[in-house]
This record gives sequence, structure tokens and C-alpha cells, in this order.
Amino acid sequence: MSSSVAVRKAAPAAGTTPGTAQAPPLRRRIALAPTAVLLLGALYCLLPVAWVVIASTKSGSELFSSFTFLPGSGFTDNLKDLSAYRDGVYWKWMANSALYAGVGALLSTAVSALSGYALAVYRFRGRESIFNVLMAGVLMPPVILAVPQYLLLAKADLTDSYLSVLLPLVLSPYGIYLARIYAAAAVPPDVVEAGRMDGAGEWRIFTRVALPMMVPGLVTVFLFQFVAVWNNFLLPYIMLSDDEKFPITLGLFTLLEQGANTPALYTLVITGAFLAIVPLIALFLVIQRFWSLDLLSGAVKS
Amino acid sequence: MPFTKQHRRLVATATAVVLGASALAACGSSDDSDTQDASGPANLTYWTWTPNMDKVVDLWNKGPGKKQQIKVTVKKQASGDTLVTKILTAHKAKKAPDLVQAEYQALPTLVSNDALADISGDAGDLKGKFADGIWQQATLGTDALYAIPQDSGPMMFYYRADLFKKYGLEVPGTWDEFAETARALKKKAPDKDLTTFSANDSGLFAGLAQQAGAKWWTASGDKWKVGIDDAATKKVADFWGGLVKEGAVDNQPMYTPAWNKALNTGKQIAWVSAVWAPGTLTTAAPDTKGKWAMAPLPQWDASSNATGSWGGSSTAVTTDSKHRAAAAKFAAWLNTDKAALTALAKESGIYPAATDAQLSGAFQEPPAYFSNQADFYPQAQKIAKTTAPAAWGPNVNVAYATFKDAFAAAAKNKSDFGDALTKMQDATVADMKKQGFEVAE
Repeated sequence: MSSSVAVRKAAPAAGTTPGTAQAPPLRRRIALAPTAVLLLGALYCLLPVAWVVIASTKSGSELFSSFTFLPGSGFTDNLKDLSAYRDGVYWKWMANSALYAGVGALLSTAVSALSGYALAVYRFRGRESIFNVLMAGVLMPPVILAVPQYLLLAKADLTDSYLSVLLPLVLSPYGIYLARIYAAAAVPPDVVEAGRMDGAGEWRIFTRVALPMMVPGLVTVFLFQFVAVWNNFLLPYIMLSDDEKFPITLGLFTLLEQGANTPALYTLVITGAFLAIVPLIALFLVIQRFWSLDLLSGAVKS
Repeated sequence: MPFTKQHRRLVATATAVVLGASALAACGSSDDSDTQDASGPANLTYWTWTPNMDKVVDLWNKGPGKKQQIKVTVKKQASGDTLVTKILTAHKAKKAPDLVQAEYQALPTLVSNDALADISGDAGDLKGKFADGIWQQATLGTDALYAIPQDSGPMMFYYRADLFKKYGLEVPGTWDEFAETARALKKKAPDKDLTTFSANDSGLFAGLAQQAGAKWWTASGDKWKVGIDDAATKKVADFWGGLVKEGAVDNQPMYTPAWNKALNTGKQIAWVSAVWAPGTLTTAAPDTKGKWAMAPLPQWDASSNATGSWGGSSTAVTTDSKHRAAAAKFAAWLNTDKAALTALAKESGIYPAATDAQLSGAFQEPPAYFSNQADFYPQAQKIAKTTAPAAWGPNVNVAYATFKDAFAAAAKNKSDFGDALTKMQDATVADMKKQGFEVAE
């Protein structure tokens, strides 16, 4: 399916190539407007990031007094202050975030892979209704589930533990949905049949044949989940009360909300926020190549 | 598939993690007996946002707490309304901590949800240690005691002493004089403002109304009466609305970079604030250190002597606590013991609610930012004693949120503040009815 889309997209592009030479002005005008819109959008997204990057270099006295986009001189001091704050609790938060996001995303990717594959490959009664329920779950924002989930985990005496944040993340309707779509497209029924003919068990077919085919899709699921957990606020906020277990989002929030008679630690929060996006950027850069492989595989198959 | 090998490893890892994830053991349950044995060993948890509270609590754990076998563990939280929500959620699951820090205006919300225990029988007689207006906020005007006051934010008038001198301005003693001062400054230096009316912290307006004698919520029997648009509050709203309309004061919000700049460069030369202002000014206007002075808040008539409070919080014991008496003992120690209060002032920078602590060791010297005003703290103590009572209700959050929206718009458009006040009253009453409270019209 994906390959046919790629071909159809490619066709007009190939067709217009000779045409460009004949009517360059028209093409130019068409390209100009979308480019401008995209540039504007990019500016809109990148300006706040640039602000954070520059503001993190400013010392407390420079933060509000010097020109907004003029880098300051306090980055190393900010870094030192941040690391010194309550015996380096910031790095503990960072490690917690990595744990929640890493383990949480891995768990939910694994569950998504299993369920997505099952929903795509097997035909059984109730398959469509299970899928429809999952679709409804996709529409449900996770935020409104946080309080019921807290009450449930409180019954099991699991609140204020690492598990209380990880458990609700394991089942991701969106991840399962993506995995099913991807499995349906990437794992041809013939391949599964062939595996059965050769005498492989279902588990062996899944792990040895289907999973490798699904990997590019699963990487997407993993990345989605990782970013979602990394930025998650309400669930850990309600579940956790011990700030040694806080993820970075919650930790920075406590730095901002210090109470009326304590000024918010702006420089620490800004430096902390800047450092918190570095792992996400690194992750995207590393995982990018899996996506290019994905495109390649589509082209080869056709 | 050219990528099978490396990906299989990734998947294998994922599967291993799934299989390897084992459940953590649930924590042991604590003593379930309902009888509160004050002398028995107790492990208490305490949700607070006060910085360095763990250090203060260490004093307890190593001193009086060790003797009485009451150990307190601090779990640091973020301040504000969100913590109230978190406490109520935890309370629904019967898992609220033993002790919580709560702002005064949040107490009725917590009490009406049955989250706070009455500790009047456990805390001892502490009434005389606090200003009446503060104590009343902890009792909600009843015979019960729902919290022990920790810090308070008596309101004061801060001004640039050097610029007041330069422009020949007098420190206003009444609000009428305040208005005159604002106008006089506009005449002499049209590009400067005495101060700004800001709607982004509802506590400021609530404090000003409190000073004027407003009673926003009163309960009689089962019925609540909401008086947000009472005469006293209307007076305050119209006063500021008038100043904004004629352009005598600025209408830009505070706590923004622009506001910091205005203070730092002397574009705004005064600020109606509270005792914690030195900390805020240190970061907002670092270049004007030593140029500011503090005076009592202007009064509504020359003979009266009252101030409002902006900020301030208390220590409360929850109904989920299995060691109510022990928790009350700790809360009383934390907020009245000399050593504890000195540590709170030094480590956490709080201004204590307990009157005799307001001149203790930590407050001998003025704050560094006000090094020019030697009697800063003696004067602050005098002002703190005049704190007017405040009448909070069960949905202060709704009133505050409506205030921010309605008054921010009114200040921006320089429109009638009375209309904004009506909006605030209506939204608050409507929300209370929706929540199932009986409201007297």
C-alpha cells in the first residue's frame, strides 16, 4: 500500500520536470507562497527555542535587563547553580525522566507490537469491536484518565512509586493503532502463511518474521511514546509525592512554584528547560536514520 | 530486508525489558488503630513547598521528635492551587499525607471536603501567639482549629525614597493622598508612573479588599453568603478603576520582564506589596538596591490602622492521618518554637506568623536590599499586628480565576471595574450553587 502511494506521488513530480523549463515563472509563484508559510511556521516554532537557548546563558541580573536575543555570560554559573541545587536533585530528575520515558516507551512499544500484529494478522470474533474500542481510546485524552488511574493504583497501594507512573503508560491505544496499521501494510499474509508451511510456530513467526518487518513502524511508536512520556506532567504530578522520584517536568514546576514569598528560580528553570530538550533532540537525530530506511524499504518492495 | 539484524537486537531488548519488569513490593501498612496515642512512635509525611524545609524538620527529628518518637519526612511540592487539587485527589483515595502546607485561602476548600482535621484539642493554646486576623483565618471563625499559621504576608507600601525626594512627593498616609501623589507625579514627570494596577495576582486585590473591611464569604448555619461585590470591595475596585481610567497609574501587569525593567529603571517608583517584597525586588530591580523604603499601607481614613495580607500559609493535619495528635504536636512546634522559627527564617526565608518571632535573631538586621532602612523589621512587626481578618470561602480558586480574566480586561480597556467585580461575584455564586452549596441571596 505504502509503495503504491510512493509511486503515485512520484509520477507527477517526474512529469513536471521537463515542464519546468518551459514555464518557470508560474512554478516559482506557486512555490513561493508555501515556502513563505513554512518559513513563518518554522520561525514560530523555533523562536521560543532560541529564546530558551539564549536565556539559559544569562545570569540572574542579565535575564530581564539585557536585550532579549543577546547571549549573556552566566551559562556555566547557571549550570553550576543548577547542579548544586539541593545536592543535584536536577540530575536525579533527569535520570527519572529517562527511566520513565525509556522504559515506558519500550514497554508500550512491545505491547503495541504484539496487539497491533494480532489485530492485523489474525481473524477472530470481536476483532473489529476491540479495535473500535481502541479507536475510542485514541480519542480520549490521557489527561482525564490520570485521576481515575490514581484512585485505582491507590487501591493497590502502588502510588508514589516508579511503577505508578510506568504502569498506566504500558497500554497506548495510539501505539496499538499505529502498529496495527503498520503491520497490515508491512507484513504480507503470504509471508505468515509461508512461515506456517515451513512449520514455524506462531510466536516464532511473530518474533523472527513479522517483527523485523514492523521495526520501522515500531520505532515511530517508540519515539512518539518517548516524547509523550518525557513531556508528561499530570500523571506523575498526581501519582508522585516524593520529589526524589519526580521527572524533569515536575521538578522544574516545583522550582517555579516556590510560594509567594520566595522568588521563582527563573535562571535555574530556564537552564533546566534547555538541558531537558537536549536528550530529545539527540534521540531524534539518532533515530532519524531508521525513518530513511523505512522509505527505502518501500521503494525496494515495489 | 537489509536492516533485520540490528533491529532484531532492539526488539529483543524490548522483550527482555517487558519480561524483566517485576512488580515492586507494596509498602507496609501502618498502625490502623483509631485511638491517637501521642506518645507512641509515629512516622509522619509532610507535603510542603517551603524551600529547605527538610533542614528545619531535621531539627525536630534530632531533638523533640526523637524524644517523643515522632519522625517527620518532608516531601517537597509545588505551591499553589494545584497542590490543593492534589491533596483532595489523594484524600479521595484516603492517602493524603499526615501534614500539608496550605495557603489561608485554601483552608475552607480543604475543610469543606473534609480533608482537614480539627486539632483544637491537640495543639494546645496558641491563640495569643498570633495576630487576631491571622488566627481567625486558621479557625475560619469557629471554635475548631484547622491549621497552625506559619508565615504571613502583611501588606506595605514600597517606594523609591530618592525619587520621591527628587519629585517632592510625600509618602501617602491615606488612599486619597495616594491618588494625589500619583497625579502629582504625572504632572512633574509624565513618562513615569507611581505604580501599576495588575490583575495577574488575585492575592493583591484580595488583600486590599481585606484592608477595606470586605467579607467575601460568610457562613451562617448551612448557608453561605458571598459578598465579593460588597461596599468595601466596591470602594477598592472603583478607586483603582478611577486611577487607571484617568491614567494616573499604569495598567500593565506585574511580574513581566517589562515590569522588572520599569522598576529597575525608575519608570515606576512605588509598589503596593507585602513583607516579602525585598526578595522579589532583588531579582526584579537589582540596580536600585538601597534606594527603596518601606512604609505602612495607605489607609482609607486617617484614623484607621489596618493592613491586608498577601500570601502566607499554614500547617494543617489531614483527616487521613493516623497520628493526629502527634502531627498536631509537630505543627505546633514548627510554627511556635523559637529554634524552629529561627531556622525557618534563616533557611527558608519565611516571615513568621507568630508575633514574637517577627523580631527574633533572624530579623535583627534589615534585608540586604533595604540596608538603608534599619528599622525595617520592627516596623514590619507593628504593621503585621494590624492585619485585618479575612473571610475565605470554599471556591476561592474560582473567584481568583474570574478576577484575573475580568480585571485584566477592564484594566487593559480602562473600562469600569465595578462591572468586573459583578462578574466575579456572579461567577463565584454560580459555581458554589453548582457544587451544591446553599447560597443566601
